[in-house]
Amino acid sequence: MEVKTEQFTEAASTALQDEKIQANLLGLYGGFHQARLDASAATHNWEELQERGRAIKAHTIANLDIYLRMAEENVRKAGGNVFFARDSEEATRYVTELATSRGVKTVVKSKSMVSEEMGLNERLEEAGIESVETDLGEYIIQLADEAPFHIIAPAIHKSREDVSELFEEKLNAPRYTSIDDLAQEARRQLREKFIAADMGITGANFIVAETGTLVLVTNEGNGRMCTSMPRIHVAITGMEKVVPSIEDMGIMLRLLIRSATGQRISSYVTAVTGPRKPDDEDGPEEFHLVIVDNGRSRLLADPELREALYCLRCGACLNACPVYRKVGGHSYGWVYPGPIGAIVSPMLTNLSAAKDLPYASSLCGACKEACPVKINLPRMLLYLRHQLAEGANYPEHRTSTTKERLAMKVWRFASSSPFAMSIASKLGRLAQLLLPSDSASSSPIAAWTRHRALPKLASRSFRKRAQGDKS
Amino acid sequence: MVVASPPVRASLFVTCIIDQIYPEVGESTVNVLKRLGVDLDFPRAQTCCGQPAFNAGFWSDAKPLARRTIDIFQNDRYVVVPSGSCASMVRVFYSELFHDEPPMQNRIASLASRTFELSEFIVDVLGITDLSHFADSNPTESTRKVTYHEGCHLRRELGALTQPRALLNSLPGIELVEMEQSEVCCGFGGTFSVKYPEISGAMLNDKINFASETGADALTACDSSCLMHIGGGIEKRGMPIRPLHLASVIDDQLSGKPSNGS
Repeated sequence: MEVKTEQFTEAASTALQDEKIQANLLGLYGGFHQARLDASAATHNWEELQERGRAIKAHTIANLDIYLRMAEENVRKAGGNVFFARDSEEATRYVTELATSRGVKTVVKSKSMVSEEMGLNERLEEAGIESVETDLGEYIIQLADEAPFHIIAPAIHKSREDVSELFEEKLNAPRYTSIDDLAQEARRQLREKFIAADMGITGANFIVAETGTLVLVTNEGNGRMCTSMPRIHVAITGMEKVVPSIEDMGIMLRLLIRSATGQRISSYVTAVTGPRKPDDEDGPEEFHLVIVDNGRSRLLADPELREALYCLRCGACLNACPVYRKVGGHSYGWVYPGPIGAIVSPMLTNLSAAKDLPYASSLCGACKEACPVKINLPRMLLYLRHQLAEGANYPEHRTSTTKERLAMKVWRFASSSPFAMSIASKLGRLAQLLLPSDSASSSPIAAWTRHRALPKLASRSFRKRAQGDKS
Repeated sequence: MVVASPPVRASLFVTCIIDQIYPEVGESTVNVLKRLGVDLDFPRAQTCCGQPAFNAGFWSDAKPLARRTIDIFQNDRYVVVPSGSCASMVRVFYSELFHDEPPMQNRIASLASRTFELSEFIVDVLGITDLSHFADSNPTESTRKVTYHEGCHLRRELGALTQPRALLNSLPGIELVEMEQSEVCCGFGGTFSVKYPEISGAMLNDKINFASETGADALTACDSSCLMHIGGGIEKRGMPIRPLHLASVIDDQLSGKPSNGS
């Protein structure tokens, strides 16, 4: 997908002014967020589950080479193919060439964030292959030619009316007013595609290393159709999605589903091990697993960022984030929005181009509080800011300006002793006296006063007032 | 009046924002701690904990200030901070800031173990949850309706969800009315508020709306930074609700004298 992380500020301000988007974002906190809180509160050993989930991820990521090798071996044993793609280009080429060589005309796709990284639909279309998203939300944004707005609810920014208009325009459907009718229309459209499709492409929520099993979590059953109807099944996944055992997968599944939608279990959990066996009644003739790096090694290589690979893509941090709930998903300019996106997108694309993302947070920590595997997101945002400001470990990504660095030095001097502080405060009070607060021209003050009155420095500081008091 | 004996010894880390902008909150903090029998001193060399630079990514500028703070409070006294955010900086983030200086870690751990935000200090260290015992004999008659905003660092870095509420509920003349989404950030976030004024302002508006819906006379919090932000928004919008630091609320209610604290 085209990287637009540089446009964060403009995109955010567009989203803030879009009443429809604002109205649709309002539901997230009382919806998904509250559902997660309720579901975790109703799980008596939630904390313990979280600890175990985190331990499983930590162990797996620390031994990723071993578990990837094990997964590869077991997928092959089950009759499937495994392809390790260094980047999205390699992954795209593998899938497109496979489709072309097998004479594939139509592809049905179940939700896959990695395929969004690859911009796979466009690439398949270029190769003359029709590729249709079958998750309802993904289907809607594909028709609208947009990127996902949310990790688990890609079309959450669209209202029923928006979808109705879209269906009318793109499908020549009547102006439906009920969600049921809209869903039925999509179902009719998609049914034909499922029947026609030669290839099903899915993501993977988990790859179980010890069995070579692919696990998919959906609520619409489209994932299961994609894995069972077409003659070829291709699963595309980030390399961090591997878990060692079926037992581990069970724990991760409980954490993932509760945190994503608040359900105890999703309507469909599909487990696939290899292609159809001789005595199976259905299933694909071929199974391909594409395991994608695409920059994840950079996260793995940096001990300060490694835990970003623990992410289950449940979206809980998005729902909890007050910034995401204002700017929405498109502002972040790439596949992954919200707090996790502000860490993953810069590292998977280009840190300095995405420099606005790590700063697009009040560091309130709501993301960390919401994360099922307790990823310390604010700590990583701070670390990325540190890299952007001073470039300690990534000197090529230092983007701070001379002005910013100078301002920090001035502030540091002003705070370096009570004496320096009193001088700075005298100057500040003088400035306050001379400059009418509302006509302040310097940009931080102008930015502040757009929504708040300017605080006034006290005429005598606490320290001055306490002078003589030896207490 | 119950006084712990021997008195608990503590140093006040008043924070730069209270020192420079809200000195009366510092005074209320002193009044409250003395009233509770704390042997309190104020190390005069203190300035800022370094958080603004740390949060902006300028760790090499934050370090000297953090180092000063660690030096200044290097003794066996508790350190009381009338700010959840500055207390978090010391207790949680100093070890991160100095992660490449292992020799600093012991000193940081010692300071971290002694550092408490004001409400935590009163409840967890002094063991006081009912402040009504400490009120002057003729406390104020009228009831003040206050709503409480949870500072993000206080809640999520220090894990102090109950202490401020317990103290507010125990105060004579205070009715605590909870606002919706009290746990959601007000949008301050230091430089975030000027780097992204529109996002921050939208968050602020929600906060003020939820606070106003309670019909409270005052909005209280444990951080003058949040209160500066929320108060600035309240003033800009001309809303009737007053921003008040928890220290001011406690001081007012126990002494029966309304302060002008923010």
